[in-house]
Amino acid sequence: MTSDLFFQFLFAGITYGIMYGIVAIGFNIIYNTTGIINFAQGEFVMLGGMLSISLLTVLPLPLAIAGAVLITMLIGALIEIVFIRWLESPSVLRLIIITIGISILIRELALHIWGESVRSLPYFYGNEITSIELGGVRISPQVLWVLGVCSIVVAALSVFFKVTPLGREMRACSANRKAAILCGINTRNMVTFSFMLSAGIGALAGCVMSPITYTQYDSGTALAIKGFTVAILGGLGNSIGAVAAGLLLGCLEAFSVSVVPLAFQDAISIAILLVILFVKPHGIFGSSEAARLKEF
Amino acid sequence: MARKSLVLLSLLVLVIGVQLATSMTSTQYYLTQLTMSAYYAIVVIGLSVLMGYAGQISIGHAGFFAIGGYLSAALTTHNLIQFQESGVVKLLSSLGMIVTGQDLYGEELLVFVPWAACIVAIITAGVIAFVLGIPVLKLKGHYLAMATLGFGIIIYRIALASEYFGEADGISEVPGFTIFPALGDIGPVVVSGDFSGRVQNYYIAWCMLIIGLILLQNLINSRVGRALRSIHGSEEAAEAMGVNTARYKLYVFVLSAVYAAIAGVFLTHYNGGIGPSEASVMKSVRYVALVAVGGMANLWGVLIMGVSLTFLSLRGVFGSYDDAIFGVILIMIMLFAPEGILSIKLKGLFFRKNIRAKQEA
Repeated sequence: MTSDLFFQFLFAGITYGIMYGIVAIGFNIIYNTTGIINFAQGEFVMLGGMLSISLLTVLPLPLAIAGAVLITMLIGALIEIVFIRWLESPSVLRLIIITIGISILIRELALHIWGESVRSLPYFYGNEITSIELGGVRISPQVLWVLGVCSIVVAALSVFFKVTPLGREMRACSANRKAAILCGINTRNMVTFSFMLSAGIGALAGCVMSPITYTQYDSGTALAIKGFTVAILGGLGNSIGAVAAGLLLGCLEAFSVSVVPLAFQDAISIAILLVILFVKPHGIFGSSEAARLKEF
Repeated sequence: MARKSLVLLSLLVLVIGVQLATSMTSTQYYLTQLTMSAYYAIVVIGLSVLMGYAGQISIGHAGFFAIGGYLSAALTTHNLIQFQESGVVKLLSSLGMIVTGQDLYGEELLVFVPWAACIVAIITAGVIAFVLGIPVLKLKGHYLAMATLGFGIIIYRIALASEYFGEADGISEVPGFTIFPALGDIGPVVVSGDFSGRVQNYYIAWCMLIIGLILLQNLINSRVGRALRSIHGSEEAAEAMGVNTARYKLYVFVLSAVYAAIAGVFLTHYNGGIGPSEASVMKSVRYVALVAVGGMANLWGVLIMGVSLTFLSLRGVFGSYDDAIFGVILIMIMLFAPEGILSIKLKGLFFRKNIRAKQEA
């Protein structure tokens, strides 16, 4: 493998990897406040892409994306308020099955609204064949957009959780829910807010990756599966771990193409992830002590 | 004990009653979907014991179903004529595991007997479950869910990508499965999609489902079942009481995988083919959801929901809204009856209202 080809694969891997990482962060935000995996996370990504494509017919691109993110956040909040907020001490499995039901519902709604056709946003800069040369590697400017937006999201999130009062309250809620209630934090609002936040992040990711990966009513499922895998592998609840694991999966996929046929790509990358999970049962960056404290 | 056999007996009567009713009203086409629902229900009750009693989630059971179905389909359709002279094939054929026949174009065909293929498929699924279960069952909760999900995806991708399993087209023209050859006046018992054998196949499927149910009920009420429930309650406590938790979890995992594989083998022979959608993640999720709406550790509830929901969606009652309705049912049951469909007590609802009415008065 020449070094040019190596870097080409590496860039492809990083692009997909950071997308998986962003979806996994969406999983983590909700997991941290509720202890459940929200299986409708992939649908938020799909909704972001679809809504922005529809809004683009009446609005300019930046406003369309902002509108799509806002609407998806509202949908996320609505889902939490209607289906989850009023349940009294629900079991984890019950919540998971509810989110599976919600994801099926959103997907079917999207099918009836947008049909089966494959859509995409236009490239933010240039078009399909525009490329930028970076030290012998040719990449599309959209890849830079994805990398830029995702890195900003990751950085902004870590600042948000460290510095702002709201972020601190959410962290308190994830560390110990009872103690958070005793400190006067409205944990129910925190859960609603975590749904809004992860819906918004998912939608934003859906918008920036739409020109590269395209958007279809069921494109959320595959992404959710990858995102879930990555979230687990990075250690549930660990956002930096999620990004690292996402990059690992992206690179595994990109480089596996040079060894095995494309059709076996998923099988190989997931088999490797499984082996890692067997060696490190709580994810690469997860700790066994923290995992023991969680109910599920 | 008497009550249990009474319930089983009434199920048997219901099964016979449905068949007679369809033949009297000449709506026998219902039997086709009822047969398929019974096979899917076998997967679901097996998974119910794993999830409800042993407390281990698996989002990969469509994978085991596909191992059963795909192996039996591939072994009974792929021609071995080019390996005719090899020692292995000769040995297998001297054991009666391989038959010669003719394909559609009159060419000579050398394939596995369905019986042999069935045994190979089920043993393979069991061995894979055993080997996979040793590391996987050490994981808990979401981690276990992810590992089984990953297994399901791998099987799906292999089925979709390898030429041997027909890639996206799957395998078709799978021959019928002769369980018993013809004896005197009694015709042969064949699992196949022929219209003439529709009633017979309906009974084969439901007999297998009922036998499977009885076996699982006996298991649950045995020492093993109590050990499983103790694992579900608290793994540490079970371990402290001397229950070999790792072994029992593995045992049930293999058992449920074998149930799924058996269902896969028979449904494939019944449908005459299998496609990659049978191995997809959504199928696995559907099985998990059916177990959940049936009430996890409630074999009857799981059986009722498994058969009825599968039947309705196979009949296409909800048309293009099929998945949406399934999602709504899933959410409604989990919101309002989290212990499963059989936990809804209509009487209780009315009584409570009466009490409230009295208090207000």
